Amino acid sequence: MGKHVLLIEDEPNIIEAIRFILSRDGWRVDTHADGSTAYDRVSAIRPDIVILDVMLPGRSGFDILRDIRADTGLNGLPVLMLTAKGQVKDREMAERIGASRFMAKPFSNTEVLASVRELTGT
Amino acid sequence: MPRSALTGTRIRERRTVLGLRQADLARRAGISPSYLNLIEHNRRRIGGRLLVELARHLGVEASVLTEGAGAALIETLREAAAVQEGGEAEIERIEEFAGRFPGWAALLAARHRRVRELERTVEMLTDRMTHDPFLSASLHEVISTVTAIRSTAAILAETEDIDPDWQRRFHRNLSDDSRRLAEGAQSLVAYLDEGAEDPGTQSSPQEEVEAFLKARDYHLPELEAARPADPADLVAAAGELTSAPARELLLGLLARYRRDAERMPLEPFAEAARAEGFDPGRLAARFGVDPAAAFRRLAALPGGLAGGPVGLVICDGSGTLTFRKPVEGFALPRFGAACPLWPLYQALARPMAPLRAVVEPGGPMRLRFLTYALCQPALAGGFDGPQVLEAAMLILPADTIAIPDGQAQPIGTSCRICPRRTCVARREPSILADGF
Repeated sequence: MGKHVLLIEDEPNIIEAIRFILSRDGWRVDTHADGSTAYDRVSAIRPDIVILDVMLPGRSGFDILRDIRADTGLNGLPVLMLTAKGQVKDREMAERIGASRFMAKPFSNTEVLASVRELTGT
Repeated sequence: MPRSALTGTRIRERRTVLGLRQADLARRAGISPSYLNLIEHNRRRIGGRLLVELARHLGVEASVLTEGAGAALIETLREAAAVQEGGEAEIERIEEFAGRFPGWAALLAARHRRVRELERTVEMLTDRMTHDPFLSASLHEVISTVTAIRSTAAILAETEDIDPDWQRRFHRNLSDDSRRLAEGAQSLVAYLDEGAEDPGTQSSPQEEVEAFLKARDYHLPELEAARPADPADLVAAAGELTSAPARELLLGLLARYRRDAERMPLEPFAEAARAEGFDPGRLAARFGVDPAAAFRRLAALPGGLAGGPVGLVICDGSGTLTFRKPVEGFALPRFGAACPLWPLYQALARPMAPLRAVVEPGGPMRLRFLTYALCQPALAGGFDGPQVLEAAMLILPADTIAIPDGQAQPIGTSCRICPRRTCVARREPSILADGF
């Protein structure tokens, strides 16, 4: 398993913090802030793991995840979902459509790093 | 069971509390233990001097032994038992319970009232949280900013060998995010403060107008006079309206109110309303107006003339509620769409077809309401212009009019807070899945 992560998030300072944490752990971090073109980016770069925010401009993270799971070429791609909505229904929705893990904001850096490592077996 | 029949039970309870033996109390009261035993098991009526004597030895007023629990307490306990699905409360012994354990009964009743209050608050806040876009966006913004601050602060605190460039960047981010958080929090507090007295008020022009009308009990004597006031003057004097859209909305409503009042003067209309049994169709015919005007006029009657509360909702062709005058027991959603089974929406689907229906909105008290609904097109753009629909539903509770017998249409407030799980018209799951 490689160490390439695609972070799909539109909040610049969250992007910066996660990029720093993962980079220090040896990850190559690509970022994408637009929901409407996020799936195309995933398909194009085929990362080892996707960190996906739910509320994005253009398209919701749930819709992007549905597309990812419908793409047989992306079988087994771990997707860690982040959301400011920590409600049970959002968690259930994320699990139903195939999120590998669901994390409510505000999360801790340690949790994010541990989840990325666990989901990729690194 | 009549309350007086429980006097013996109360005597026994009181004696037991005092640790008195039956024989001792009987001796002090000058009666035989077997006779006291019959009294305590409510098999002998008791009153007069003997009652006073027993009360004296039990250290209480005689009335404490004879008077049962208050009717209000009993009613609240009944309601508490009724609302508990699958409960096994002994309804037939409710007075006995209240009489024997007045403290516990009062506590249970108080808890039940509190639960009802909290349920209403939860419904209201959920409704608001779900449908209020400003609140939702603001909270999302605050949580996102907190997340950025938390992550950045943790990096600065936990990374010893951080590069000076990164350090500077994170310090700047922290500063920016702190400012954003402060602004977001202030904005949120200001927003919530506006509705502090009645959470949910004044977040939209429509709500400002509703607050104005509610404060006047939906009746405006200034527009009822022989020489009615100019609606524009009333709007100008309405200092509580803070936005221009609210003032514009109110002006339209007041102008229509004045027209209705001129066509249906208060006293003759109120008299006719009672004579016609509040039937808006007959009232419309009698006054030569359209039925929707009669709906509005009935809803504008002061309580003393109407004989009871009268509710009214009006929606436009999209189903959006544009006017809400609630009545107790028939909740109207503050945000979002209402129950699709309301006669209001059935009328909307069949313009010009009058609808009269008894409905039951649910809830423990199983209240029923008589509703009249009608949808009419407005042809402001002429016959070739767009047809603008407006539907109205008059809501009459049993306090105002006798509700016809027969099956009532079950309805709710809105799907999200409706406990009718199997409703065929449900459009989304309810948060009250467990009959909360």
